[in-house]
Amino acid sequence: MSGNFTPEQVKHVARLAALNMDEASIPTVCAALSKTFQLIAQLQEVDTTDVAPMCHPLDAKQLLRADEVTEHDLRDVLLAGAPATEAGLILVPKVIE
Amino acid sequence: MHTKTIAQLADDLANKKYSSVELTQHYLARINKYDKILNSFITVTEEMALAQAKAADELRAKGQAALLTGIPYAHKDIFCTKGIKTTCASKMLDNFIAPYDATVTQKLHDAGMVMLGKTNMDEFAMGSSNETSYYGPVKNPWDITTVPGGSSGGSAAAVAGRLAPMSTGTDTGGSIRQPASYCNLTGLKPTYGRVSRWGMIAFASSLDHGGVLAQSAEDSALLMEEISGFDAKDSTSVNTVVPNYKAMLNNSIKGLKIGLPKEFFCGKLDSVVADKVNTAAKALEKLGASLHEITLPNIGLSIPAYYVIAPAECSTNLSRYDGVRFGYRCKDPKDLNDLYCRSRSEGFGSEVKRRILIGTMVLSADSYEAYYVKAQQVRRLIREDFIQAYQQVDLILSPTTTSVAFGIGEKSNDPITMYLSDLYTAATNLAGLPSLSLPAGFINDLPIGFQLIGNHFEEGLLLNTAHQYQQVTDWHLQMPKEFQ
Repeated sequence: MSGNFTPEQVKHVARLAALNMDEASIPTVCAALSKTFQLIAQLQEVDTTDVAPMCHPLDAKQLLRADEVTEHDLRDVLLAGAPATEAGLILVPKVIE
Repeated sequence: MHTKTIAQLADDLANKKYSSVELTQHYLARINKYDKILNSFITVTEEMALAQAKAADELRAKGQAALLTGIPYAHKDIFCTKGIKTTCASKMLDNFIAPYDATVTQKLHDAGMVMLGKTNMDEFAMGSSNETSYYGPVKNPWDITTVPGGSSGGSAAAVAGRLAPMSTGTDTGGSIRQPASYCNLTGLKPTYGRVSRWGMIAFASSLDHGGVLAQSAEDSALLMEEISGFDAKDSTSVNTVVPNYKAMLNNSIKGLKIGLPKEFFCGKLDSVVADKVNTAAKALEKLGASLHEITLPNIGLSIPAYYVIAPAECSTNLSRYDGVRFGYRCKDPKDLNDLYCRSRSEGFGSEVKRRILIGTMVLSADSYEAYYVKAQQVRRLIREDFIQAYQQVDLILSPTTTSVAFGIGEKSNDPITMYLSDLYTAATNLAGLPSLSLPAGFINDLPIGFQLIGNHFEEGLLLNTAHQYQQVTDWHLQMPKEFQ
């Protein structure tokens, strides 16, 4: 990927990220992203042959727990925060025609 | 009362000099008077605070008070607080009432502490100046034309202005330590996994750390004992014993080997800042420590690595904000896609959107290997450099920030300049190492800190060293004149 972003690239990534881009802001966003990627490009200067990627600072393993339900009857509590509800369900625009 | 540290307040309450209700009323009055200037709180929980203070006084009357019972504190608005607005300083969560308490919230409640309110911050913890908050910028009490730092800017300003004796904070790239440096506080980011992240709203899950901003190392030690510890609800929580940090404070530091990374003390460091940091190092030398030059060859890559990994993890974490189950939803969505896109575009601020875009880009199929995997490889190299260094030294000393607090608006148009504020701090988030910033003095009447970095789980040694430094210096006792 080159360091200079085109409006098309930005719009594509925005679609992936479920963000709308207003046309007026695209040049500023392109410039900011291009500058950030010039910063990030420094990573390519170092040799990382045979270096394992590190996702966890302590190289820890994922802990597992017993497959048991520990939280009960949270429906009302969780629905209280939903923007639109009906009959114990969350409402969204129609998905299936 | 507000000029006292938590250790002193605990003593006063134990000796019944005043009640927790009186103490809480005192801080609430200060918030009422001064916070219109600082904007350090998003929500002040007056009623709840007074109820908690009353309960604390009743416990004390029964002889059941613990060390921190009845002591007020401020809580960064990134921690869930049941029944109370928890916003992460974002329009996206402006209407969010947390249905549960974060583990840190619960622990401080169990300790009998009194929550004054939720502090302002950079939106979703993304920022180094507290200028990206939906609720407006926070001012630095040392000079209200300057930033307090970020993202825990509200926490730092509240403690610096003594609107609270201590605040919780979080640190993903420097967000406790940098504001601590700018505001003359002691700010500790512990080892990754030391403090539970359950209920601490996620920005970058492998980099986020909960911690404290306090007036002194002693206060930090008292609080760290309360908030640290294994939590089964956080799968990255580490199951190791929490030491008695308070008991370690008075250990002698004779023979302690302190490393100064040559990469941090090169020509690029401002000479006035370098002078302050070197003076601090010399003070530790006088206490019996020895100073050694060390090298961290890959440290210069910490900002590039951080600005791949943090946005990547943020783009994943913030995908939960879709306008469906909680948080902001746009008006009259025409279809599901419109609901997602408009809710997110209207709910998030521009810095958050920028980082989501960067993150989405580096995780996309044709970029993943070249950027995300590469950054995680460099991350391992950075950590290995520290492991090598700790074969020769016990602690590492460095600047915390490149300068004192900058002016509000000075860097907000140039994200890269803002990102470089994390130069000395981001590496320890990548490596998960505990690190602490403490006051080193003043430059043109503005505070500047220096940083101590320990090996994993060496918070006790950090706090001990900082406490010894604070026995022979009084920078940390200073407070801004206008707020005295």
